[in-house]
Amino acid sequence: MPPQPRTLLDKVWDAHVMATRPDGQALLAIDRHLLHEGSFHAFGMLDHADRKIRRPELTFAVADHYVPSRDRAGPIPDPEIANMVSMLAANAGRHGIRHFGLDDRAQGIVHVLAPEQGLTLPGLTVVCGDSHTSTHGAFGALGFGIGATEVAHVLATQALWQRRPKTLRVGIDGVLGPHVTAKDVILAIIAALGAGGAVGHVLEYAGSAIRGLSMEGRLTICNMSIEAGARAGMIAPDDTTFAFLEGRPYAPKGALFERAVAAWRRLPSDEGARFDREVTLDAGAIAPTVTWGTSPETALPVTAAVPDPGAESDPTKAGQMRAMLDYMGLTPGTPLEAIAIDRVFIGSCTNSRIEDLRAAAGVLRGQKAAVPGLVVPGSGPVRRQAEAEGLDQVFRAAGLEWGEPGCSMCVGINGDLVPAGERCASTTNRNFPGRQGPNARTHLMSPAMAAAAAVTGRLTDIRRLGGR
Amino acid sequence: MQPFTTLQAVAVPLDVANIDTDQILPARFLKKPRSAGYGNFLFHDERRRSEAVPLDAAPYAGAGILVADRNFGCGSSREGAVYALVDGGIRCVIAPSFGDIFASNAAKNGLLTVTLPEETAAALRARLKAEPGASLTVDLPAQTVTDPGGSAIPFDIDPFKKRCLVEGLDDVALTLEHAEAIAAYEARAAAEAPWRVPG
Ligand code: SF4
Repeated sequence: MPPQPRTLLDKVWDAHVMATRPDGQALLAIDRHLLHEGSFHAFGMLDHADRKIRRPELTFAVADHYVPSRDRAGPIPDPEIANMVSMLAANAGRHGIRHFGLDDRAQGIVHVLAPEQGLTLPGLTVVCGDSHTSTHGAFGALGFGIGATEVAHVLATQALWQRRPKTLRVGIDGVLGPHVTAKDVILAIIAALGAGGAVGHVLEYAGSAIRGLSMEGRLTICNMSIEAGARAGMIAPDDTTFAFLEGRPYAPKGALFERAVAAWRRLPSDEGARFDREVTLDAGAIAPTVTWGTSPETALPVTAAVPDPGAESDPTKAGQMRAMLDYMGLTPGTPLEAIAIDRVFIGSCTNSRIEDLRAAAGVLRGQKAAVPGLVVPGSGPVRRQAEAEGLDQVFRAAGLEWGEPGCSMCVGINGDLVPAGERCASTTNRNFPGRQGPNARTHLMSPAMAAAAAVTGRLTDIRRLGGR
Repeated sequence: MQPFTTLQAVAVPLDVANIDTDQILPARFLKKPRSAGYGNFLFHDERRRSEAVPLDAAPYAGAGILVADRNFGCGSSREGAVYALVDGGIRCVIAPSFGDIFASNAAKNGLLTVTLPEETAAALRARLKAEPGASLTVDLPAQTVTDPGGSAIPFDIDPFKKRCLVEGLDDVALTLEHAEAIAAYEARAAAEAPWRVPG
């Protein structure tokens, strides 16, 4: 009998199961454990139980959530924030973990840094106490976010008990229209699935439109899998993946790289592999997309209008729409392009890689921004590359600020907040109430769309504005 | 962790879908140690801003149960959201669906998540809105939620999760019983896929 065709997830999963329990839970080996400042609870649990880190050489600590995006010359002024950054350094030092701190040239957002350094590889399991660990699936790895108790568990055992998730194949065939990017694709997918639509599933993104994306674009797609409720999203590794990895600091080298590539070529889902669910989208039908509400599922083509709760037959849903409109300060029927913004933010683990900055700079070159804004590269290497290409000059000349790498205004915990009541065009991944600051209003979009909004001062169809 | 067996408590209806962990615990409180009293930060901004989270309304004083709409606890992996609920006195959340990471964080901190069908959860919320301050009884060993009228609604739960909650078990100790399997696996992986350990 021929072997049962398997999915990409099946192959990565099967290769990491160390034991199974009668109830079906598997003890999964973890290959990469990434930590950030928020891991202090987990270190506390580890210390409290007097346990050691089982595999420090597979554990990496990155300062990103609390680091300042401006002026890093002096000490961090806020003592609580300074404490978060130094606690990570101290915990990493004490346990012998490689630490990418503020003074490290590679420092950046953990989900930008790990792929860039070659820490994320096809077929690996990658965990981090951060829900956007789904990003790493762009390489055909199984990456997922975990909570503090699970972080402590991985530190102590390099393993996690997990139930095999269901699989959902998202097929996107065809050619993306002009100025339609990976961000628009993933927003369209989330709108189609719903914010909780993929709970319990691992998404596999497939089809010609996905295969045509760069690694940067694939990272953007997988990054937002969690916004559809999926803990992980994966894309089969191919020549684009291998070319990206070759020569990266922590990637295998020489003969070992060749051997790894040969193994990685066997990872893609087999012909005839069965998925629990399948969804298909037509790439050509996806428009530049923005969100209007306080859930990423409220994504619409920028050509649409603010929806009317009066047209919703379910009273609970209509009530929820009204609450979102109220929070966002929007009136039903307003064309999205008529919505004026107060500020732009270009950055975050979704859209702060070099390709994102090039796209934004392409729109802003020779233009003045009508509103203030902040551009924060995802890592030191991205920042230096952008500066070598003169992109920082484009942003500065347009009147935007050019920051130091980190999470910054995506979550605002380093102090970069959207002021209450202000409306921000943002390349981030979450428009939740209060996400970018108490009573801040967030519209999610691609870097080119955020740049276009900066130029006109309102949500804008990039296709109308042109650029690059 | 504190074992969970049965709970009779005032239940709060939350008619909001997609309540994310940023709302349950705003990010600026994440840098606080647990000893700062995470219960003080529970729904910190939402309960002040919106009547949709009526935790401060008199009939809900001392509430121990939340009954919410779909996708409760979506978003960030912050376990602090669970600390805020537990430290704020909530021991059980009932909803049609939950964010995956939230549900697993909850189980590890003695917070029971009960998944009920959309209509059942909606009916329960309607009943609690009609009788503000009414109590529910949650019996984990029997896997039932009893509504204010006395009818018992059965629910499903992963058997291992149930056992951990009922017995208050610590996962790491259970895992370390598999130390030999882990060591054998690691030796095999090192030979078959040496790139798994970064160079
Ligand atoms: S950039 Fe935003 S979403 Fe990404 S890890 Fe940082 S805070 Fe989380």
